[in-house]
Amino acid sequence: MTKIVVAVKYVPDATADRTFDEADNTVDRENVDGLLSELDEYAVEQALQIVEAGDGEVTVLTVGPADASDAVRKALQMGADAGVHVEDDAIAGSDAFATSLVLAKAIEKLEYDMVFFGMASTDGGLGVVPTLVAERLGLPAVTYASEVTVDGDTVTIRRDGDAATQEIQASGKLVVSVTDQTGEARYPSFKGIMAAKKKPVEEWTLADIGVDAGEVGLDNAWTKVESFTPRPPRTAGEIVTDEGDGGTKLVEFLASKKFV
Amino acid sequence: MSEVLVLIDAPEGKVAKPSLELLTIARRIGEPSAVVFGSADNGVLAEYGAEKIYTLDDAAYDEFLVVPKADALTQLAKDTSPAAILVTSSTEGKEIAARVALRTESGLIIDAVDVSVDGGQVTTTQAAFAGNFTVAAQVTKGVPVIAVKPNSTAPEQASGAGTVEAVAVEIAESSKTAKITSSKPKESTGRPELTEAAIVVSGGRGTGGDFSQVEALADALGAAVGASRAAVDSGWYPHSFQVGQTGKTVSPQLYVANGISGAIQHRAGMQTSKTIVAVNKDDEAPIFELVDFGVVGDLKEVLPQATEEITKRKG
Ligand SMILES: Cc1cc2nc3c(=O)[nH]c(=O)nc-3n(C[C@H](O)[C@H](O)[C@H](O)COP(=O)(O)OP(=O)(O)OC[C@H]3O[C@@H](n4cnc5c(N)ncnc54)[C@H](O)[C@@H]3O)c2cc1C
Ligand SMILES: Nc1ncnc2c1ncn2[C@@H]1O[C@H](COP(=O)(O)O)[C@@H](O)[C@H]1O
Repeated sequence: MTKIVVAVKYVPDATADRTFDEADNTVDRENVDGLLSELDEYAVEQALQIVEAGDGEVTVLTVGPADASDAVRKALQMGADAGVHVEDDAIAGSDAFATSLVLAKAIEKLEYDMVFFGMASTDGGLGVVPTLVAERLGLPAVTYASEVTVDGDTVTIRRDGDAATQEIQASGKLVVSVTDQTGEARYPSFKGIMAAKKKPVEEWTLADIGVDAGEVGLDNAWTKVESFTPRPPRTAGEIVTDEGDGGTKLVEFLASKKFV
Repeated sequence: MSEVLVLIDAPEGKVAKPSLELLTIARRIGEPSAVVFGSADNGVLAEYGAEKIYTLDDAAYDEFLVVPKADALTQLAKDTSPAAILVTSSTEGKEIAARVALRTESGLIIDAVDVSVDGGQVTTTQAAFAGNFTVAAQVTKGVPVIAVKPNSTAPEQASGAGTVEAVAVEIAESSKTAKITSSKPKESTGRPELTEAAIVVSGGRGTGGDFSQVEALADALGAAVGASRAAVDSGWYPHSFQVGQTGKTVSPQLYVANGISGAIQHRAGMQTSKTIVAVNKDDEAPIFELVDFGVVGDLKEVLPQATEEITKRKG
């Protein structure tokens, strides 16, 4: 029986015009539609595959505002067994440290063998929450896994690093973050969508997991965003249509910029 | 002046260029102290301003994933009370930084592209939302722990004392958990490293699977080769060359996109490039919104002609 908790984040849609909240320089989550972070779907998929190959249970966990329950629902529709949603006004504006604290405390309340994460969230995108949660739980983390295989108590992970391809083995409780190289995530089936309606979702507040409001939120962040500036619009470039001389014109441009 | 701990990356002893950039940035904050696991060319470290070089040797650093290294860096941070800790924003660098920051209760900045100091206050610059925004941030607690992206500054020489100090740190058994059972180094292509290159020439689905023309243009320009996810997913080019949200972020002087439509996830990895050029046969491809110069045409015609022209000009 393998019990896997998958941490999933509800994020502003990457294809919409994402921006910051002028008032406190945090990510604007009001004016942009949200959804389950695409990169976390890969984590849900890997967890489901492992459980389906043997015997086990997948619980999805999200920390976020009321709408974040959409992310949990989507994962349940894909096939996860149960959901946990931690929601508390005090959490708003939390940095990676505070988010990792809330996640770790919630995970401690659950039974688990492994905790899966996406490689990075598509909004913040730092990719450090998995490591921070592992540190808090006193566990090893294997991040950016491109292949995960479970054989009994041993987990083998392939990781395509910058300098080398590594194989890593661990046993015992483990934190894993997976990349989009692990394989396409499934779409919820009609059956899955219907079944999700009956699956249990727990709603927890900070009090339920024993976290003090003074440890989280914008006011207790260890870093602060001083300012944000939209990238200056690119001045319209010159576009030519190839009439048998496109390559030459390209090189003329490169030469004018001293690249050739 | 306070020390600044700089985590050095030195595969086979050769100090990586991003580490030289870190030493250069460290001098803005204080006195650079290089932290070396295994061994590095100490002469080079001193030439780039390292006043001290802490060397750490233990089989555990290579055999297990980052925790032993995080243990050691935490210990050093406690012993030296540095003004800042700098690492390269790589997978390993970020993980070490995250664990050290949490253990020392220090704020963490990831993917900084610039670091400035004003009256002792460190401010970093990062790109946000696929490069659509630039964000300035500060650490409000503890020692700033900063993971800096490669190519953020030009390495500058400055002679440092380079005093070597061997440091032994007791690694707890509990830190030896995730074991590296095999490690196969990437074969060198002979081309510049993608994230460090001044010029990147990329190919997408429009190559139809044949990267030879993209490679030939790259070689004529002395560039690194990149690929879109569509090209990688089709098995045409290895994943380690993917540019974009789930690949590498590059910020070269020149980026040449060939047969790439310019999806938001691809832009996320390249739109902070200084000059952008694209070749695409569809004049409505979104990549053209970004370019300084674009050719609407078939890359199979345009690229060979460009390569030939460059070779001709070089004589
Ligand atoms: C979670 C997630 C993460 C992602 N991460 C990344 C990422 O990191 N990097 C990335 O690149 N993508 C990423 N993508 C995929 C991205 O959305 C696009 O699908 C991808 O970038 C498209 O690649 P492409 O431009 O090569 O292909 P296409 O969009 O198919 O474009 C091919 C282009 O080639 C042109 N073309 C065709 N033939 C020729 C010819 N003979 N000469 C000239 N032009 C020609 C066409 O006009 C077209 O514009 C991600 C997607 C998701 C959902
Ligand atoms: N608020 C959250 N709730 C649940 N999971 C999260 C949350 N934030 C981050 N994660 C998880 O941590 C991963 C990495 O996030 P990040 O470090 O923000 O890039 C994501 O892919 C999620 O799996």
